[in-house]
Amino acid sequence: MLKRLFAALVATLLAGPVYAAGGAVELTERDWSFNGPFGTFDKASMQRGFQVYREVCAGCHSLKYIAFRNFADLGYNEDEIKAIAAEYEVQDGPNDEGEMFMRPGIAADRVPSPYANDNAARAGNGGALPPDLSLIAKARAHGPDYLYSLLVGYKEAPESMKVPEGMYYNDAYSGNLIAMPQPIYGSDVTYADGSDASIEAISADVTQFLMWAAEPKLEARKRIGVAVVFFLSIFVILSYMAKRRVWANVH
Amino acid sequence: MSAEKFQNPVVRWIDHRLPVFSMLDHEKYDYPVPKNLNYMWNFGVLAGLSLAIMIITGIVLAMSYTAHVDYAFDAVERIMRDVNHGWMIRYIHMNAASFFFIVVYIHIFRGLYYGSYKAPRELLWILGVVIFLLMMATAFMGYVLPWGQMSFWGATVITNLFSAIPVVGDSIVTLLWGGFSVDNPTLNRFFSLHYLMPFVIAGVVVLHIMALHRFGSNNPIGIDASGPQDTISFHPYYTVKDMVGIAVFLLLLAMAVFFFPNAMGHPDNYIPANPLQTPAHIVPEWYFLPFYAILRAVPDKLGGVLLMFGAIAVLFVLPWLDRSPVRSARFRPVFRIFFWLLLIDAVILGYLGGKPAEGIYVVLSRIATAWYFLHFLVILPLLSVFETTKPLPKSISEPVLGASREAA
Repeated sequence: MLKRLFAALVATLLAGPVYAAGGAVELTERDWSFNGPFGTFDKASMQRGFQVYREVCAGCHSLKYIAFRNFADLGYNEDEIKAIAAEYEVQDGPNDEGEMFMRPGIAADRVPSPYANDNAARAGNGGALPPDLSLIAKARAHGPDYLYSLLVGYKEAPESMKVPEGMYYNDAYSGNLIAMPQPIYGSDVTYADGSDASIEAISADVTQFLMWAAEPKLEARKRIGVAVVFFLSIFVILSYMAKRRVWANVH
Repeated sequence: MSAEKFQNPVVRWIDHRLPVFSMLDHEKYDYPVPKNLNYMWNFGVLAGLSLAIMIITGIVLAMSYTAHVDYAFDAVERIMRDVNHGWMIRYIHMNAASFFFIVVYIHIFRGLYYGSYKAPRELLWILGVVIFLLMMATAFMGYVLPWGQMSFWGATVITNLFSAIPVVGDSIVTLLWGGFSVDNPTLNRFFSLHYLMPFVIAGVVVLHIMALHRFGSNNPIGIDASGPQDTISFHPYYTVKDMVGIAVFLLLLAMAVFFFPNAMGHPDNYIPANPLQTPAHIVPEWYFLPFYAILRAVPDKLGGVLLMFGAIAVLFVLPWLDRSPVRSARFRPVFRIFFWLLLIDAVILGYLGGKPAEGIYVVLSRIATAWYFLHFLVILPLLSVFETTKPLPKSISEPVLGASREAA
């Protein structure tokens, strides 16, 4: 019974190749800044990742659990957040006449979705539903490594495999046939800070951003965790010493 | 009389009218506990602590949760993102559930090893099995509440099991669902029952402790205390020893909550429930996997369900299957070997329950399931008759030569 727990703990602790749920595909394991008990997010990378989301992913994928105000975590100040939000048109209403209307976004708004509903999303993507990305980094086994491997995993299909119309070959995807066309080729975006725009760098940036989107409290969690574990370690030592003292006269 | 023990006049006034302080005093100082309990005896207190953590975090979570198929998943995400420290409360609730089962499994296997189920503690043991059953029901319904993919499909698979019951099966399933599929009424009644059950468990825990205090704790040697020289008061000896266990338990729980909060969960439960899309592998939470393996080992649905419930039913009658008068495995050399084999068997069943039901896994599941029942229904009754046990010490204080070294 403890086996699964230990397997999970060991898998998290040990470095080495990790395998997706399918078992057959090998994922590229990266040394993410948010790994380990002292891990934190890389704010510059997250900002670049958000740019990638906006310019590449957002055409099809929603991010509906994220509000503009949350971008404070990425290192944006209040004015920058207001400016980002104002670049979006958001539906509001009904107004006094009972009509829905469009207005510029404010910090409290959620990031608008590209499609009105799932059916519209399917209709726009050849029947395949692009999943919401808010939780994607937690909704797949080995989330960040999987996302990165998927984004850099588009290859020529082997001779033996027939790739049907509207499907693409991907190393990391279970079954290797994915409906999403290759989204990132390198140099897809121009970073304002002039940093590397190779396919690997862009994929890593957007993965960093998506990990934050899925687990925005990760930094607070690890920070508190270190303090709690430190406190409890001392508690363990003290209670053991107390126990030794109290039991000293029992034979 | 006992009121004179207290210095504080307020305490004395209250105790004269409502003797709660005398009662606590009695449990702390007068209740004799064998002096040779090892750290395996920490796990009862740890199970109680787990229940308290689950109830407290659960009540707080319920304040921000919405039991509706359209809002449940979003409500959980709101707890994770917007409620102050909501992520911490939820991760504690999630991980403490797993720790509760780890603790209870160790508690059960400790009872098996030291023969804690034997006379006169049969009812104590049976009440424990009742608590275990209630825990399983509570945990199962709790897993449904976030309304993720595994919530929905786990609920569908497990509730469907009841349809295997002849004649009334389909009616029972309809009653569980509150309709003709797992849907909003199912979620609502599961939430209601998930909130109720922990308090039922707490009630049975009170009975469990009452039964325990009738004859006191068993001990690693498994013989009754013969006098005051064999026992010590609960406080301060076992309060301080339990505190060591509590400290270690909290440390491990904190590590899981803060550094690996999702390691014992399934990624699919971060995908909102979709009745039109079945996950590739539907697996229950890890602590149900041994029973899930037994269920799937049988090619017949009703047979599988009966065997799965039978796996717990044998625990109810265990005091009458193992008739050996010697409690502790320390003095039962053959039993001890079979105990470890049963433990390994349970771990193997847990591993197999997480694997797809195909090929070699099915064969192994059948062997492991057969061994589980063989252990309880054949081996234990035979051992009670044929095993030659080692000589028992005369008392806890004066173990026979040789045994004292082992007990140290």
